[in-house]
Amino acid sequence: MKNKLIFQIAISLLLARWKQTLVAAVGVTFSITMFITLLSFMTGLNDLLDGLILNRTAHVRLFKELSISKNQPTDLYYKNSKGHNFIRSIKPKNERLDISNSGAIISTLQKDARVLGVAPKITAQVFYNVGSIDLTGVINGIDPLEENRLFKFNDYVTAGNFLDLKNIPNSVILGKGLAQKMMVSIGDVVQVTTSKGERLSLKVVGFFQSGIQDIDKVQSYASIKTTQKLLGASASFITDIQIKLKDILGAPAAAKEFESFYEVDAIDIQTANSQFETGSSVRSLISYAVGITLLIVAGFGIYNILNMMIYEKMDSIAILKAVGFSGGDVNKIFISIALSIGLFGGAMGLLGGFGLSSLIDQIPFNTDSLPTVKTYPINYNPNFYIIGGIFSIITTYFAGYFPARKASSIDPVVIIRGK
Amino acid sequence: MESLNVSKYFHDPVTIKILDNINFSLYESEFVSIIGKSGCGKSTLLYILSTMDTDYDGDIAIDGVSMKGKSEKILARMRNEKIGFVFQFHYLLNEFSVLKNVMLPGLKLGLYSEKEIEHRAYEKLKILGIENEALKLPNQLSGGQKQRVAIARALINDPLLIMGDEPTGNLDKKNSEIVFDIFQELAQEFKQTLLIVTHDNEFAARTTRIIEMEDGQIIRM
Repeated sequence: MKNKLIFQIAISLLLARWKQTLVAAVGVTFSITMFITLLSFMTGLNDLLDGLILNRTAHVRLFKELSISKNQPTDLYYKNSKGHNFIRSIKPKNERLDISNSGAIISTLQKDARVLGVAPKITAQVFYNVGSIDLTGVINGIDPLEENRLFKFNDYVTAGNFLDLKNIPNSVILGKGLAQKMMVSIGDVVQVTTSKGERLSLKVVGFFQSGIQDIDKVQSYASIKTTQKLLGASASFITDIQIKLKDILGAPAAAKEFESFYEVDAIDIQTANSQFETGSSVRSLISYAVGITLLIVAGFGIYNILNMMIYEKMDSIAILKAVGFSGGDVNKIFISIALSIGLFGGAMGLLGGFGLSSLIDQIPFNTDSLPTVKTYPINYNPNFYIIGGIFSIITTYFAGYFPARKASSIDPVVIIRGK
Repeated sequence: MESLNVSKYFHDPVTIKILDNINFSLYESEFVSIIGKSGCGKSTLLYILSTMDTDYDGDIAIDGVSMKGKSEKILARMRNEKIGFVFQFHYLLNEFSVLKNVMLPGLKLGLYSEKEIEHRAYEKLKILGIENEALKLPNQLSGGQKQRVAIARALINDPLLIMGDEPTGNLDKKNSEIVFDIFQELAQEFKQTLLIVTHDNEFAARTTRIIEMEDGQIIRM
């Protein structure tokens, strides 16, 4: 009953100055709209750019690097002498490039609770024979199903079906740039020569576009079996093991552990791509800062309008107090005015933000480097809406708090006697 | 209602004693006027008695209850329930209809349902002869009518006491006459206690008791 009365008074005061009220509400609406849109768009873009790398990169990659032995015989020999020994121009030994005992490593990893999936890979240096010209390139031998599950391989295959790699023997998916250079289309056969001189005919079953042109010009994908055949290697020949973890943050620790446990080289995604983390977090920080600044500016607008209203309605406040409304009641009246501006403006802003971001979501955004993206990226994270809603209420509350306190402390005697 | 040794000082710009040991009592169904020259402190006394001004020495009691040192909330409730005000200026809220203006203190008190308060408001307006203006907005009424609405608003909670600060000060002769007649009717027919500050000696002469003030002291009561 009492609150209803207070609310009625608040509403009639609001409606008495409905133009200013509307301007204040529009201010809140605008700022919430921009806050939501900015964050959705910025985060969408962040996710897109991060995904470009993160989706395609293994969290931990196991490989074998040919390097010189850390324990040279001369060091052992002169271990106890007082002199120094210098060795120059040490060369690595001709070792096998593949990871030894790869089958056992993969099956152990697949049982590891932290691991989401394991995809083996072979990298082979080849020449593509185009007439009398040889183009240098790389063929990646992959397991198409696992590669798609873990690294969204299909997203980058712009023509043809990636499953054909598995189903058609001696097939290859060429990089788009490479295919253009070689002037081949799907169904054609290309000749490749390995660095050891072996020659193989591969049927083109598709094209892929990674978004990075230099990669598209040299790389192509074939199945593991085809690549092993190309290299004349056994069925256990694997040069890389790509591991995707359930928790990406555990990658550095896992990499260290796998490195010593399996006696291979290992690199984690954070070390390999440290610049991405920083970029995204700074971008989000900037969007939050801009959004919150907009809201605070809108809050000042409400503060001004309420202050003006109080000066205008001084008489009304005085008489309300004279007939028995306490300072607390007057305070509540002005707080409810501010909050209704905030609620109304905020709700409209959330709708506006959703509308504007859906609109941006429809704008075509075609770029060669991102074959899967057709429109501007938007992230519809409900958290932005929750933050925006809560923040609109908090700012309007504070914008109303000080004017309301001023109104509640008005001395009716001063106003009434002043006439 | 009683006032005991009430004194008040104005501190701005220099400290002046505006009320000096005022003692008097007001009994039920009295129609009392306070007169005196401008600046003698009569309005100041009224606002202290009204509980709106709390910055004074001494004590006042309404209905036997001391008002000194009570919280702002309790005093607001006291005004709402037991005191009705009529000021020189009508102070109606232009956002609300006449009826709603009259109902406001009643709604605030919340003793009756909204329907019943509306009914009572109509009755009060009828007593004052302006029930036909009930649904108009205050700024559509004449000055005399507005003042009558203000009186109706003062009556809505059946207060123990109605206080008036120069209620006829802004009105012409004819309207002043109407307002006075209303006060007299309230005093005689409804046994309403009234305390009216005025500088109109003619008005005061027709009340049942006159308190005359000079330089912050009561010189006749």
